[in-house]
Amino acid sequence: MNMNDAIIVDGAGQAFGDEVIFQNVSFYVRTGEIFVILGASGCGKSTLLKQMIGLSPPAFGRIMVAGHDVVTEVDSVRRVIGVMFQSGALLGSMTLLENIMLPLMMFTDLPSDARADIARVKLALVGLVDAQHLRPSEISGGMVKRAAIARALALDPPILLLDEPSAGLDPVTGAGLDKLILDLRGALGCTFVVVTHELASVFTIADRCVMLDRSARGMISIGAPESMKRDSNPVVRAFFNRELPTSGGPS
Amino acid sequence: MVYVSTARFEIRNEGNATIVAFAGPLTATSLAPIWARAREAAEKTVGQLTIDTSGATRIDTSGAVLLLTLERDHPDGVVWRGVAEQPKELLARLRPALQDDTRAPQFSARYTGSRTSAWQDFLNRIAFFGQIVLAIIGLRERLRFLRGSDFFRITERAGAQAVPLVVMLGFLIGMILAFQSIIPMRQFGASIYVAALVSLALFRELGPLMAGVILAGRTGSAFAAELGTMVVNEEIAALTTMGIDAETMLVIPRIAAAMMVMPALAVGIDVTGLLGMAVVMIILGIPPLAILDQVRRATDPQDVLLGLFKAVVFGAAIGIIGCRAGLAAGTGSRAVGEAATSAVVGGIVATIVLDGLFAVITYRLGL
Ligand SMILES: Nc1ncnc2c1ncn2[C@@H]1O[C@H](COP(=O)(O)OP(=O)(O)OP(=O)(O)O)[C@@H](O)[C@H]1O
Ligand SMILES: [Mg+2]
Repeated sequence: MNMNDAIIVDGAGQAFGDEVIFQNVSFYVRTGEIFVILGASGCGKSTLLKQMIGLSPPAFGRIMVAGHDVVTEVDSVRRVIGVMFQSGALLGSMTLLENIMLPLMMFTDLPSDARADIARVKLALVGLVDAQHLRPSEISGGMVKRAAIARALALDPPILLLDEPSAGLDPVTGAGLDKLILDLRGALGCTFVVVTHELASVFTIADRCVMLDRSARGMISIGAPESMKRDSNPVVRAFFNRELPTSGGPS
Repeated sequence: MVYVSTARFEIRNEGNATIVAFAGPLTATSLAPIWARAREAAEKTVGQLTIDTSGATRIDTSGAVLLLTLERDHPDGVVWRGVAEQPKELLARLRPALQDDTRAPQFSARYTGSRTSAWQDFLNRIAFFGQIVLAIIGLRERLRFLRGSDFFRITERAGAQAVPLVVMLGFLIGMILAFQSIIPMRQFGASIYVAALVSLALFRELGPLMAGVILAGRTGSAFAAELGTMVVNEEIAALTTMGIDAETMLVIPRIAAAMMVMPALAVGIDVTGLLGMAVVMIILGIPPLAILDQVRRATDPQDVLLGLFKAVVFGAAIGIIGCRAGLAAGTGSRAVGEAATSAVVGGIVATIVLDGLFAVITYRLGL
């Protein structure tokens, strides 16, 4: 751990009622790193992301983002973080363009044509300019996800949390998204924490990843995706090797 | 993303080339002061334009959009100077994205649409009330979270669109009251006093009360359903993580709208109720002028004002209860229905309880 860590998770855990979802989760994410969270459905990936933005305070342990505690300094944390929720969570009452312009309107004094230009460019990055005047209810699930990514990018936050960005996308669009993530990291030096199930995507973008497991109530492995293929834990090996032959392996 | 320094630029002429030189951070939060001026300056330039970013400390996508806008607006050709490797990649990545040049639309938002103990729930309600009060006190600093269009849209839906219902119910209530009371009163030859009775009841009690019931049923439930849906869809969580204050942005305009439309609704009930009463009395043979005279003598402006004040208070209560029911919604689609139900029930109960309090207070004060 050092000052260059964008995120430090120190013994974090969560429980709902008597039910412990996970505990003793510790890792760090370096600035400029693309860090992937893996694990079967229901193991607490989304919950962990929500902890990182102070929406659900860790029941145990402590999480620091950009040097700020997510519980006591939540405002500072939110200023440096952009989030894409698993559900998209776009405002249903506004068009896509208005959704992306909203943070620009709230936090900058840019003239409205500038805001619209910026918002349109973000939509173009995810391939949605043509849908800019539609509302979330009028577009497909994959489009909602992409629009939500554009909104997370609106203010160019240095840290981005993406909850299953490529779920529900066709492989070509998904690959385009992977390229976008890599491009943004290259051009802006952004730090990414990405939840995904797509093995191909993991091998394309991830510098390191952590794997959570429901029955183990915590993390079962952490490291570069390559090393995880030979992990001592059979659950991890199964996850990483299952689709490998067909997905073409590491790029 | 909060930078102390702001973006700067200057225009230089070298020979017959014009140079726009940028300095400082070119980021979303720092560009506002120079955006319009830089575009203007670049548009005025004739001949070749050189964009120099060697002084820029940081360029994010918003900065890149500004630079690309200058390039787009300057068909005579642009020469780039001092662009570092990373921004160069960014510019190349974003250039195709800026081609589509449709103008900004008006910002026209249109809303379409854990188990706790009773004691804890009560405390939460009090806490919500406190939060709203704090939000109102701190409003000056958070004015940017308020959007006028929201307020007018909500006001229109809560007020203007309720008019047909108000007219119908008011008229019926007036008729029914007059008809029911005129039967016994006629036995004593006191038919004319029905006008006094009904008008006083309308101004002081039934106007605000009926308006409250209408608001709770139409608008309180709508508030709860809208905000409840936003909670279920994680929209509120998304706003919160963007640092946008949901209380200011969503709750205050709604409460203000509820408070504003209530007196108008109450007056609507008053007026149409009097008309309904007059129709019944005229049919039963009482001359219109006598009715008017009786109404004027039985009531004074104070009665109307008291009714209007009550209406404002009921409106605030119904608005707060509706919004809080929505924001407290659990997860799942059933939660939205439950929130709407509890908004209507809570709104009507609060209206009647407050009405009782008003009765005691006005009696004590002799109003
Ligand atoms: N508000 C809540 N109350 C009770 N239990 C919850 C709550 N939120 C999440 N859980 C439980 O926590 C566990 C982890 O949920 P989470 O949404 O983090 O899973 P996930 O790893 O993101 O799954 P998926 O891959 O399906 O999105 C689940 O078993 C869920 O039942
Ligand atoms: Mg999840």
